[in-house]
Amino acid sequence: MSNSQAMATSFLGQLLTGTHNFGSSPTRAGATADSFKAALFLASGTRNAASTTYSVTDEVSGAGYTAGGIAVTNASAPSATNSSATAGVGYWTPSASLVYTTVTLATAFDAVMIYNSTQGDKTVSVHTFGSQTVTAGTFTLTMPTNDTAAALLRLATT
Amino acid sequence: MHITTTKGLMDTDLLECKEGNVDNDCECTDWVEYWLGGECVHRSVHVRLKTSPALFAEAAAFA
Repeated sequence: MSNSQAMATSFLGQLLTGTHNFGSSPTRAGATADSFKAALFLASGTRNAASTTYSVTDEVSGAGYTAGGIAVTNASAPSATNSSATAGVGYWTPSASLVYTTVTLATAFDAVMIYNSTQGDKTVSVHTFGSQTVTAGTFTLTMPTNDTAAALLRLATT
Repeated sequence: MHITTTKGLMDTDLLECKEGNVDNDCECTDWVEYWLGGECVHRSVHVRLKTSPALFAEAAAFA
């Protein structure tokens, strides 16, 4: 046996549940999961890794769509799986598709922002897809498989 | 079958249907449009995300 330099895989999962706090904020109000939302953004927008907080700038608008987007269904807690003695993956995926029902979004959009509506609308991630419009119809965003290779959010060590 | 359109609920038998799809490394997307007299009165889209880039973390080694 020997020691191996590694970041604990359990730590990766615990990052997704707010177990560790190396700073001084935020103070968590309780032990329940935060609420997350999903907002759609115009293809002309500039949402990216530098986006820190949800704002209405560049968000889609149109009949049937409410600014701020829709609630993300979160019925499955994050998981963490070791892939070797030195590597692993912490991961999480919403437990249901994002469905925007009977909307008209006439200006092309190509991104969805997942953000934490419990913690001051702080951005979690931005996911892009081919540019779309919707006319008096439904926009459905089905999530990838919730596993180490494809989950929507993956924190990995190699 | 009736669907929502820009002109209210309409019978799809009265409309021209157009469908398409995109399948690449990131997504598999299907769309359906219904047209009436050269006007698109309904468009729905279903995007299936395949994967997202992983965020990689590393434990630093002592020199």
